[in-house]
Amino acid sequence: MAVAAPTQTMNNVEAVRATLYEALKADPRTIVLGEDVGARGNVFLITKGFIEEFGPERIVDTPLAEASIVGIAVGMAMEGLRPIAEIQFADFIYPAFNQIVGEAAKTRYRSNGDYTCPLVIRTPYGGGVRGALSHSVSIEALFYHVPGLKIVAPSFPADIKGLLTSAIEDPDPVLFLEHKRTYRLVKGEVPTGRYTIPIGKADVKRAGDQLTVVSYGLYVHQALDAAARLEGDGMSIEVIDLRSIRPMDKGTILESIRKTRKLLIVHEDNKFGGIGAEIAAMVAEEAFFDLDAPIRRLCGPDVPAMGYAAPLEEEFMISTEQMAETMRELVRF
Amino acid sequence: MSDTAVANMPAVTNEQSLTLLRNMLLQRAVDSRGFQLNRQGKIAIAMGSEGHEAAQAGTGLAFERGQDLLYPYYRNTGILLACGFPLADLFRSQFARVTDRTGGRSIINHVTAKGLGIASISSIIAAQCAHAVGAAYKLKYLKETGRAVFCQHGEGATSEGEWHEAMNFAAIHRLPVVFVCENNRWAISTPQSKQMVNQDVAAKAGGYGMRGEIVDGFDPIAVYQTVREARDRAANGGGPTLVEAQCYRFLSHTTDDDDRTYRSREEVETQRKLDPVPRFERRLVEAGVINEAALAALRAEVSATVNATTDAIEAEPLPPAAGLYGNVYEGPDDPWA
Repeated sequence: MAVAAPTQTMNNVEAVRATLYEALKADPRTIVLGEDVGARGNVFLITKGFIEEFGPERIVDTPLAEASIVGIAVGMAMEGLRPIAEIQFADFIYPAFNQIVGEAAKTRYRSNGDYTCPLVIRTPYGGGVRGALSHSVSIEALFYHVPGLKIVAPSFPADIKGLLTSAIEDPDPVLFLEHKRTYRLVKGEVPTGRYTIPIGKADVKRAGDQLTVVSYGLYVHQALDAAARLEGDGMSIEVIDLRSIRPMDKGTILESIRKTRKLLIVHEDNKFGGIGAEIAAMVAEEAFFDLDAPIRRLCGPDVPAMGYAAPLEEEFMISTEQMAETMRELVRF
Repeated sequence: MSDTAVANMPAVTNEQSLTLLRNMLLQRAVDSRGFQLNRQGKIAIAMGSEGHEAAQAGTGLAFERGQDLLYPYYRNTGILLACGFPLADLFRSQFARVTDRTGGRSIINHVTAKGLGIASISSIIAAQCAHAVGAAYKLKYLKETGRAVFCQHGEGATSEGEWHEAMNFAAIHRLPVVFVCENNRWAISTPQSKQMVNQDVAAKAGGYGMRGEIVDGFDPIAVYQTVREARDRAANGGGPTLVEAQCYRFLSHTTDDDDRTYRSREEVETQRKLDPVPRFERRLVEAGVINEAALAALRAEVSATVNATTDAIEAEPLPPAAGLYGNVYEGPDDPWA
């Protein structure tokens, strides 16, 4: 008699928490460091109780100093520990830019492999939580230009567990982005026990043959809702969750486009120079003659950030209705 | 040795004094050679550390090989050599040969030698201070007592936020790290007076609840004693120290700089009179540690060694263009999976 693999229902916070817990249990070289990760258990309670179980040497409440949260983690990683640094909100990562881009991403390269930097930097990003200018930004485009870094942004609990485990075990620095709006909104079944999902592998969350939608983060969930609505109108839409931003899964994107012949890219980050620009350029280079419609992008507007007032935030965020409307236009094109 | 002897300081044997002297002579010869090679068009840039010889020889002698970890900065030829970095590899870095430990990727003196405990660095000032503290955290976390981290930097670095953050974290956790500031008074063209109000960098240590020490950076024995004491304290759970070795940068910042545009010849000449290399030679001769004939032989040996190494390394090939690729990640460079 076949027995289904045991699973557990979790939201995204619980998935991050369970994965960190298992990593700390599995490897004494693993250190969690960041602001308020100890007694407070992280501002989203992801590490609640960890300091009691693993001690203050492994769950390190750092001073309020983002550059050195990453910089100290780089030194730990260079000397063989497996640090998991937390930047409390992605908006606070800017002081650490040099340590991420100038140091972590270049350690292996500049030493020609003598030193490596197996480091994970976790940070919650994204809007829809009334976080305004400094608690809502998307930062991925600032970093995905950087060789030497990996960037992962899953938004389903099972993907979070598999990819965070991969990130922690990865021999190179990984920026692990957690969309904070999905933290408690998104729930799903998560296999128990250790497993990994390879970094750089997208996932077709919904199969279809009239339009390919590529997204990541919160908007994958909305895109799935929109696609489900359009199914009633006889439209068949494929939704790809990138999950990894660098490296990015070219094969899954191209395979889908060669089937659907149309592409819509949806992301919350600003449009100009965003992830969608690179995807569109790649598709134009590699699959131009497979396309039956211009590539479309639905992205955040090119303003510095979403405002605090509800109408300003709503104007920044893309609604499921907007997604459905654009999908409808493309299918009918 | 009595002029710098301090109570309870580690004693210095004659053998150690000669080690200090040879390192200083070698450092000066290597740096001079770098400038010559640049003027000959053989290397793209050189950065000399003339005036730092005593500070670096003393610090390097305090470094416990096989135990300690060095997070250097870019003007550290003498320390690298004193910590066991091979002279040939220093020239491989200068000539950017295929045999260079970074494969010709990193600019001169930005070396790497994990097996020797010598960390890879960038040129970003004070970035390595945070790394040094992370390394020290590891030693403490794994209870590897008897080991310490050396974090090298100049006085300009103390203006950087990452220096402050590193000092603060090291003090909070009483980490086994020694911050050695080689205060040469100049950050390219910016004098110390425009870098800070403090007369002494070491005074900043108090703001972190850390011990701060000032030492004559022209006196290798004093530097050794002060840094070694700090190193031993750190290695045995006594917490970090900031040691300020007060020295001077005799040369321009690099071969691409011209210090005549921002500081007077009189200032440089005044400092030159305190040149630590001939001063230490005289001191050892007067103390009977070395005689004139042996000193001449030592100088000749250093010169011959540097000449032979220069010739040997110059003959080695440059890296192939393909050396640009690889070691971006453990896996493929390609951003597309």
